[in-house]
Amino acid sequence: MRRSRVALAAALTTALLASGHAAGSDPSAVLDQLLTLLAARHSSHVRFTEVHEMAMLDRPLESSGELLYEAPDHLEKRTLRPKAETLVLEHGVLSATRGHRTYVLRLGDYPQVVPFVESIRATLAGDRAALERFFRVDFQGELEHWTLTLVPTDAAIRRKVAEIRIAGERDVIRTVEIRQSDADRTVMTIGPEITP
Amino acid sequence: MSRAGAAASVVWALAVLAAAVIAARARYSTDLSAFLPRAPSATQRLLIEQLRTGPAARLVIAAIGGGDAASRAQLSAALAARLRADPAFASVSNGDEASSERDREFLFRNRYALSDAVTPQRFSVPGLHEAIAAALDELASPEGAFLKELFTRDPTGELLHILDTLGGAQRAPHTSAGVFSTSDGTEALLLLQTRAAGSDTDAQQAAVAQLRRAFAAERARLPQGGALRLRLSGPPVFAVNARALIKREVMRLSLVSAGLIALLLLTVYRSPTALVLGLVPVASGALAGVAAVALGFGAVHGITLGFGVTLIGESVDYSIYLFVQRDADWRRTLWPTLRLGVLTSIAGFVVLLPSAFPGLAQLGLYSIAGLIAAALVTGYVLPHWLPASLRIVDLSAAGARLARALAVAQRARAVLPVVAALAAALLFAHRGALFNHELSALSPVPLADQDLDAQLRADLGAPDTRYMIVVSAATRAAALDAASSLSARLTPLVDSGVIGGFESPARYLPSPEAQRARRESLPDAGALEARLKSALAGLPVSPGRLAPFVAEVERARGAAPLTAADLAGTSFGAAAEALLVPSGAGWTALLPVAARAAGDLPADAVRQVRSAVAAGPEGAVLLDLKGETDRLYSDYLFGAARLAVAGLLLIVLLLALALRSVARVARVIAPLVLAVLAVAALLAALHERLTILHLVGMLLIVAVGSNYALFFDRLSHGAHPGSQPLTLASLAVANLATVLAFGVLATSSVPVLADLGRTVAPGALLALLFSGMLAAPSAQAGAVH
Repeated sequence: MRRSRVALAAALTTALLASGHAAGSDPSAVLDQLLTLLAARHSSHVRFTEVHEMAMLDRPLESSGELLYEAPDHLEKRTLRPKAETLVLEHGVLSATRGHRTYVLRLGDYPQVVPFVESIRATLAGDRAALERFFRVDFQGELEHWTLTLVPTDAAIRRKVAEIRIAGERDVIRTVEIRQSDADRTVMTIGPEITP
Repeated sequence: MSRAGAAASVVWALAVLAAAVIAARARYSTDLSAFLPRAPSATQRLLIEQLRTGPAARLVIAAIGGGDAASRAQLSAALAARLRADPAFASVSNGDEASSERDREFLFRNRYALSDAVTPQRFSVPGLHEAIAAALDELASPEGAFLKELFTRDPTGELLHILDTLGGAQRAPHTSAGVFSTSDGTEALLLLQTRAAGSDTDAQQAAVAQLRRAFAAERARLPQGGALRLRLSGPPVFAVNARALIKREVMRLSLVSAGLIALLLLTVYRSPTALVLGLVPVASGALAGVAAVALGFGAVHGITLGFGVTLIGESVDYSIYLFVQRDADWRRTLWPTLRLGVLTSIAGFVVLLPSAFPGLAQLGLYSIAGLIAAALVTGYVLPHWLPASLRIVDLSAAGARLARALAVAQRARAVLPVVAALAAALLFAHRGALFNHELSALSPVPLADQDLDAQLRADLGAPDTRYMIVVSAATRAAALDAASSLSARLTPLVDSGVIGGFESPARYLPSPEAQRARRESLPDAGALEARLKSALAGLPVSPGRLAPFVAEVERARGAAPLTAADLAGTSFGAAAEALLVPSGAGWTALLPVAARAAGDLPADAVRQVRSAVAAGPEGAVLLDLKGETDRLYSDYLFGAARLAVAGLLLIVLLLALALRSVARVARVIAPLVLAVLAVAALLAALHERLTILHLVGMLLIVAVGSNYALFFDRLSHGAHPGSQPLTLASLAVANLATVLAFGVLATSSVPVLADLGRTVAPGALLALLFSGMLAAPSAQAGAVH
């Protein structure tokens, strides 16, 4: 049971972390340029705020925390508020820590989660082939101001998540928006780099 | 035949008939309990009970290998579906979505009965406000998108609360293609719990056979099923295999040693008649032994029959002495010596009778009855049956050669103190590693199988059953209540990270009292709606949205109490059944405690758990199953050492009474003690850790060897000088027979039998050699010339 809860967490978290890329005027070429730019960044540490819009609630919920990335495959999402929870993806293992409890999930055991994880890893590492294996990738705008729309190709995943929109300027991601199939959505706004 | 002979024959025939009837009607048991000690204290009885029938003893792991991941998963699902309908199995888990879905549904449907957070306070205005605010926080967490579907029905987050407290193991099983698998993904795994107790080997055998049949049937239905293989592990499988092994071994060992000894006797006697007559005391003794054990213990353990091989080795000696030294005035000269030898052997076995190990006690009784019967038949029946025409090869010439060899050996007597010193030095050097303190040393389960089992268990993240809190109460409900209050004290230890988690039957099946209290905590629909209005102030939810919640609480208020029957079909059913067991007059609840990391609880954690357990009035105890078992076994090991020393003293006493001379007693005992010392040193040098069976073996060296020493004593005191060659010849043949019987035992793959064989076979040989070397030379001199 706990395992299934972690699986849910994994699926969604990775979705939240997911960033994807597409092509605009000369879609393919600009997408390649963007991915090259993104891949050139080897690490980042930023603050984020998230707004969760749900039809059943009178007003949106908010959460905030920090995101960490270190090339090639270390991703960390530290939610600080309203409840502390840290998700770490490292070498294909996802662990969630809440208070003193840590739940561990080996991604190899959960193929349904892999597309999301792979989308982040692939994006940040500039691996376009991996990205296109799991998403239909649509690029709009130009390098200075772009939006990537990722639509899951897997029908089962699409029943949950309609699309992921990532917007940014050059190698800086500004927002990640996850639109769920029931029209609820989560918008993550990424703040400036935290200098150590 | 004389009238006395006829009378003796009739008595013999009647006794054999009676023993045969008893043996034929005896119950034969083959479970592994013969080497689980009978435990004196209540806690230890509980421990043994757990080892024999607890949840761990009912766990079967099935591994499906071969083929590809998809067909393995398909077969796993089909097998699970088939076995879930099989009454032989209390539970079958293979990790498929269908079963976890069923579990989740059960938890959600019964959340207000199962959640220990359900209190009147929780359903007050501030309580509701706090719970709903916390649930909203969860909605903002990564899994929020999945939780939101439940929010309007469960806004206080009872399901999450249950999930968070459920289950001790945090190591999730590996899965592949949607079902449990080994960590390398090459085998699909199923975790099954048999309904029958671990000690019921017949039922376990039926369940294992059922499992194999189901596998074969389901495999046949798969197009590419041919490549798939099944491997089974777990205590029930071990029990079934061990039983088959013991049966096979007892049969093999008896046949091989009987065959070898028959061959030996035929070679020596060159007379089939003598061979048949010589085996009469052996067969009579074996039959008497079985009958005595059946009468004394109610059931004969298979392993006892294995030990019976040792009886062949010793009882055949008596007829050898009779045949080879036949020309002597046997009733006057030979019989008293033989009788004393039998008595000293019996003295050795008598001390086994009060042993805490049923296996050893049976061995003692079996041997005593067997030896008495064999000796009586040899002494009082066999002489009447020897045809006047019986001619066996004259062994005088061989005996004379032996006498010359002995004379040479005796001149080398000076090496014996060196042997003693060397053996003592060796034992001293190995003093730290002399004994094996683990009960598993006696287990007939091969080490490779034990390792495979540990590996599969780790892959499955199967709960570690090493540490277990045990609490007993008069009724089922009271046991569940005790488990609940223990849980309340253990939860802080989980929260503070002292322990990884724990299981409790009350989680799946709260006591009727706890359920009633929870039900009464739930307000009626009107009250709940009113409270929600105030509770939701300041929260982004309008009361109207929570209408499903109000309806579900209303339903829960009227729901029938949860019973064990409601758990059927979920994986919790088996857990509840395994963790709540009838015991004696009442019920016992078991709460397995898991360490934070895989492996053992640190000493400090054990201390904290113990004090948490002791802080209440439930009278619960924390058992460290492996630790306690090994400690218990250690106690018995030293108990056995004391028994062996007692046996030795008894033999010395007997000899003192019979020989009435300190010097003669010393001459009889010294070579035997030296033989024991040498064998112990030999085993230590070979890095064989001594078990309880080795100790018993050492006692047997003295018991068997005393016969040899006594014959040498007789040669030195009052025997006709000319009788030496034949005495030596008969001793050599008898010794060879004994070494053969125990040597065959040494080849057994059942550790308890092998340990005994490896100790006694070299020991008997050395006992004869040393006895000869140390024999008083007076009569010797006359014989050599």
